[in-house]
Amino acid sequence: MDTLAIEKKNAEQQKPKAVATISGSQILLNGLIEEGVDTVFGYPGGAIMPIYDALYDYNDRLKHILVRHEQGATHAAQGYARTSGKVGVVFATSGPGATNLITGLADAQIDSTPMVCITGQVFAHLLGTDAFQETDVINITTPVTKWNYQVTDASEIEEVLAKAFHIAKTGRPGPVLVDITKNAQIQLAAYFGYTKCDHIRSYKPTPVVRKSYVQQAAELINAAKKPFILFGQGVLLGNAEQEFKAFVEKSGIPAAWTILGAGAIPTDHPLNVGMLGMHGNYGPNVLTNECDVLIAVGMRFDDRVTGRLDKYAKQAKVVHLDIDPAEIDKNVKATVPLWGDCKETLPMLTDLIDKKSHTEWLQRFRSFDAEEMKQCIDAEINPTEGELSMGEIINQLNQLTKGDAVIVTDVGQHQMVACRYAKFNNTRSNITSGGLGTMGFALPAAIGAKFGAPDKDVVAIIGDGGFQMTLQELGTIMQSKVDVKIIILNNQFLGMVRQWQELFNEKRYSFVDITSPDFVALAKSYYIDGQRISERAQVKEALSTMLNHKGAYLLEIMVKKENNVFPMVPQGCSVSEIRLK
Amino acid sequence: MESNIDKQEYNITVYTENQIGLLNRIAIIFSRRKLNIESLNTSPSEVESIHRFNIVITETEEVVRKVARQLEKQVEVLKVYYNTNEDVIWQEMALYKVPTNVIAETVSVERLLREHGARAVVIRNDYTVFETTGHREETDKLVNVLQQYGLIEFVRSARVAIIKASDGFHAKLREFERREPGDDVVENQYLNKGDKVFTM
Repeated sequence: MDTLAIEKKNAEQQKPKAVATISGSQILLNGLIEEGVDTVFGYPGGAIMPIYDALYDYNDRLKHILVRHEQGATHAAQGYARTSGKVGVVFATSGPGATNLITGLADAQIDSTPMVCITGQVFAHLLGTDAFQETDVINITTPVTKWNYQVTDASEIEEVLAKAFHIAKTGRPGPVLVDITKNAQIQLAAYFGYTKCDHIRSYKPTPVVRKSYVQQAAELINAAKKPFILFGQGVLLGNAEQEFKAFVEKSGIPAAWTILGAGAIPTDHPLNVGMLGMHGNYGPNVLTNECDVLIAVGMRFDDRVTGRLDKYAKQAKVVHLDIDPAEIDKNVKATVPLWGDCKETLPMLTDLIDKKSHTEWLQRFRSFDAEEMKQCIDAEINPTEGELSMGEIINQLNQLTKGDAVIVTDVGQHQMVACRYAKFNNTRSNITSGGLGTMGFALPAAIGAKFGAPDKDVVAIIGDGGFQMTLQELGTIMQSKVDVKIIILNNQFLGMVRQWQELFNEKRYSFVDITSPDFVALAKSYYIDGQRISERAQVKEALSTMLNHKGAYLLEIMVKKENNVFPMVPQGCSVSEIRLK
Repeated sequence: MESNIDKQEYNITVYTENQIGLLNRIAIIFSRRKLNIESLNTSPSEVESIHRFNIVITETEEVVRKVARQLEKQVEVLKVYYNTNEDVIWQEMALYKVPTNVIAETVSVERLLREHGARAVVIRNDYTVFETTGHREETDKLVNVLQQYGLIEFVRSARVAIIKASDGFHAKLREFERREPGDDVVENQYLNKGDKVFTM
């Protein structure tokens, strides 16, 4: 202990002299700039006023996007983080401002999205007095944050902010909330300049890779006759797309993706065999129960991916690559637990594996593809008569965007259809609410996605139900002139629940019949152009008009009311019991 | 489904930073999974600024291992161990308040207390407070006995447990303090090995 104490003392003496005396709010804003933040999504209020007052003078360095609801700010920050790979930043006031963040925090927590939320709080001396707009934000947000902290003194702000960014973006990323009492925002404190945090003694985000496990994994892979790769968002979060591609190509192993892993390798890559899970592709689901070695890369075996666990890949040896030790063995027992950052572990593994091609085995996937095409995809994406289907819209969109657009989806049938049929040439181009399944996610997330990827076309695909949950963000699009294209696939139902009620509740349609306003007129009232179509002949032109339009555009497409998303793994069934109709 | 037969008492030892709100973060890991904490003790450890939690739950090893990993995932948690009762030496402290006249007049009571290793902490005219330490059954047994002699009040502490195989936390902390993990720090050595310790 003695030497530690001395080291600390030296560090104390070495601290530079204060460069200025500034307010807590200014320390915060300086810190954000030092962390490379260029865009903040927020909404002012009483308890965060000092920060907004300081922001007035930082307008040239920090872009602030005024949202219409704090939930919108969180989803926008998520969209921003997902496309840019940077940390999304949110400002909100105390009480209702902070409680409105919960859905976005929970979404970011389950989908591992790096985000830092700054909330105002009542004066420290009022804490616990039921003061105006006081809520116990720290305790409310504890289960849905990776870390949170309440600041009551301006001198803490710099260090806490540095920790917040370090925690949000390292290891398995996640949302962090810093609650700052009003007195700390106003208080003047000595400012020493900003020091980024790179070490917290109780926090080990990057594990040391154990070589013996890499060796064991390589041996399993080299001996495998029917190996199968599952990849998830971990590949994107670890910026390991190149390393992953090299691994897949050298091993010659067919690879399937989770919904958040889409785009880690292009849709058209010869070894990309499609989507996993409840509404995933036929082959990847069925052959999960036939492969001999399952290599899971940066994915967490969610129940929507595994179906019934006790009938999931029981025959297979499992190699699990993940940065979070709590994920190893959580749902599926790993034969080889390859704990580490996949940017580090994948090249180590690639080095040790033999260059192979599994032509026959890959052909099995392709045969299933042909069957799926015949029995369900063809009718969905190439119908020639009847009402419009969601699949044909996505198919048509692919031909216009060539797979280079960022696709933002909400939750429900349109989400499954879009993720199944959209083409992704690039990483970080599928933005959706995966784990939490948050309806209302897409519109605000698309706003953030555009700020995170300003050079890309951003197309939000939303259902008529989800759109009505956060449609107030049209105001943000209007005010901040955000160039997002919005497609509402309107089936006049809460389609996914209706599908389940049709299949499992004998068509007892209980509160799934939802009426909508005139979405085009609504958009017009926000000075956003748009049109509604319902005919097949109009689709291509309407999509082109939308994509070529300067600025935001809303295209409402009336689609078949009672269409079902297939294939489907019914709840409680094994993945190999996937139904094609 | 796990049967009750596989369940047993586990002693979970958690080393943490001393941080407001961390108790809540730890508690909700249990409550979210509808796990009942049977005993919880927290106090400063032998290392300055580091706290030690002793948590007792009755569960299967698989559940305990998963909980331990979730605990260790928290930013301010340094280290987690879990052990069965065989792997630890544990004690609980109990205080008993009984009317002094009964003790004074009934010789057998005094003998009883001595037999149970009880020690008088306070002796007043109206009541006497005795203290014992031991396992749950032992402190329980004395409660049952003293009920007959007008036991006024009884309180028992949470369990504290020392791990038989541990080699102290000082050395471990050195590793945590170091910025770059060196070659000799063998990480995730226990992962998936069913051993009762693992390290981050």
